[in-house]
Amino acid sequence: MVVRAEALLQKIQKEQEEKLLSIQVPKTIDVAIDAGNLLACDSNPIDTKQLRSDKENYLKNLAREGTQLLFNEIWKLPIERVQDAVIAKVPSPTTVIPREKPIPKAKPPTKWEEYAKLKGIRKLKKGRMVWDDESKSWKPRWGYNRANDDTKEWVLEVPANADPNEDQFEKKLKEKKERVAKNELQRLRNVARRTGKKVPGVGRTAVGQEKQSKLELEAAFHVSKQATASLGRFQETLKGEKNVKKRGQKRKFEAVTQKGNTEKEKQLSILNQMYKKSPQLNLTKAVNKEIQDGHSVKFVIFNVCSKAGVQRRAKSMFNLFVTIFLSG
Amino acid sequence: MENEIVKPRSQRHRRVLKARAPKIHENDKKTMFVRGGNTSDVVTNVLKEMYMLKKPDALLLRKRNIARPFEDQTTLEFLSKMNDCALFMFGSHSKKRPNNLVLGRFFDNQTLDMMEVGVDVFQSLREVKTSKCPLATKPCLVFSGSLFESDDELRKVKNILIDFFRGPVVENIRLSGLEHVMQFTAEEGKIFLRSYRVLLKKSGSRTPRVEIENMGPNLDLTIRRTHFASDDLFKKACKQPRAAKPRKVKNISSDVFGAKKGRIHMTSQDLKNLQLRKVKALKRKPDASSGKSPKKKPKI
Repeated sequence: MVVRAEALLQKIQKEQEEKLLSIQVPKTIDVAIDAGNLLACDSNPIDTKQLRSDKENYLKNLAREGTQLLFNEIWKLPIERVQDAVIAKVPSPTTVIPREKPIPKAKPPTKWEEYAKLKGIRKLKKGRMVWDDESKSWKPRWGYNRANDDTKEWVLEVPANADPNEDQFEKKLKEKKERVAKNELQRLRNVARRTGKKVPGVGRTAVGQEKQSKLELEAAFHVSKQATASLGRFQETLKGEKNVKKRGQKRKFEAVTQKGNTEKEKQLSILNQMYKKSPQLNLTKAVNKEIQDGHSVKFVIFNVCSKAGVQRRAKSMFNLFVTIFLSG
Repeated sequence: MENEIVKPRSQRHRRVLKARAPKIHENDKKTMFVRGGNTSDVVTNVLKEMYMLKKPDALLLRKRNIARPFEDQTTLEFLSKMNDCALFMFGSHSKKRPNNLVLGRFFDNQTLDMMEVGVDVFQSLREVKTSKCPLATKPCLVFSGSLFESDDELRKVKNILIDFFRGPVVENIRLSGLEHVMQFTAEEGKIFLRSYRVLLKKSGSRTPRVEIENMGPNLDLTIRRTHFASDDLFKKACKQPRAAKPRKVKNISSDVFGAKKGRIHMTSQDLKNLQLRKVKALKRKPDASSGKSPKKKPKI
């Protein structure tokens, strides 16, 4: 009976031990652990016999041992409790891994920044919204739907010293385009100064335009060739280049002598058009022209149950009448 | 310089350019999975499974790209630049190189390292019928075998594998979230990749007993060709900016009660001739030792 009790005790002890299994892993060479990368490097040589005979189990064992040692290290780290989760603070990785992009270089100041520093001019932070007296509301200082919008002026005074036939709206648009181009040039000049390279061209000849098509490159070439004081007259031609004097669309003229009744028919059709009662007005063409020029009164017609096409036609007709009235 | 010339067309464009610009603390590396001119079933499945492992920092390119990475790297470099991916896995199949995979990485849109492996045996996630761990778990990496230390080539291969599989670099980890283990074993010219799921059991101490279960995918790879970066390029790529290094805080300590204490180091001072505030009461009386009393002039 005593023997049976002993055997039973041993059995219970063994079961208990198996439940609380050890976390120790004996290894001849220490396993290098990089907690930052969750990495365990086991440099112990592999038993090739075991590998060949019972591969999956052997690999599984190796993995288990490596993971156990890694976890032993991780559980030693300082712990925090954040919202039901236990978090360990992990050190930075020790394995040297290359970066994906080079280290950013400090940007040298632009010409304005240097001047501002010299003079002690500081940047004042301005608010996004400004009070607009016209619409009596708060509007953004810049961008879409901005306050005090210069471009939306529908009346412009003709100054005393200006040519009365000059289009003031055109003049304003031109000046804006010039200002934008100047700003772009200044920006590119800053870039060139920063990188130490020459000023890249603007527009067609801009550097950095990738994968220009053959036509684009040809156009850029011809533009740059003409960009001399004598408009390209004394520029040397390259080998194989066809030196064409006039570029662009060729004007087409009809033959001097024509067959049959063509001339007679043409003259008669012109006469017929002149005698027609309905106006020979291409509405869409005229309207598009007006929209292009941009100084028509925009009037939104609200029509609840109408299709977009009809609404557009109505709007365009109104526009046309207003411009005729204004110009007339 | 190109990045500076390109003027962002919208706020969104500006944000994208900012995200892709070189930084002190870099973004997590993205991986692209590319299919070559001709692929086999095995190769396509491997690419798909690896893509699933590496989601969301991964891109599986839909179109085929006819390229030979070891001859001409321009196609892959172009793709890496367009997709902003620093790591890639290129799969192809040919009679000479069956079930071929090329793993590689870029630095500054130039090829840094590449390694070509052939897939001998592949067991997909679906074939191994066990429960899996959730997507985007940071894996624990285990490298077994002395060859990873002794062999030069395998040491660099190990670096590539760590870079490829480690996932995002984090400061804190949730202890219950350590579920995925990837094991790489090196044998004569071969690498065995095994993936396990972790089960934590009770042990006598605070640290749990680790039990693992194979969940797939499992790959038996043969190393074919390798192309490693020159030493100076690798050095240049590994350079860390000064700002990223953790700065040591000197002369500040805290006592048992948590009070912050600092140490100031002063130059040597002559205590007799210190420049202090003058207090008249502390002024030494003139000729007190000689016994003469100061003569007071009588007021008239």
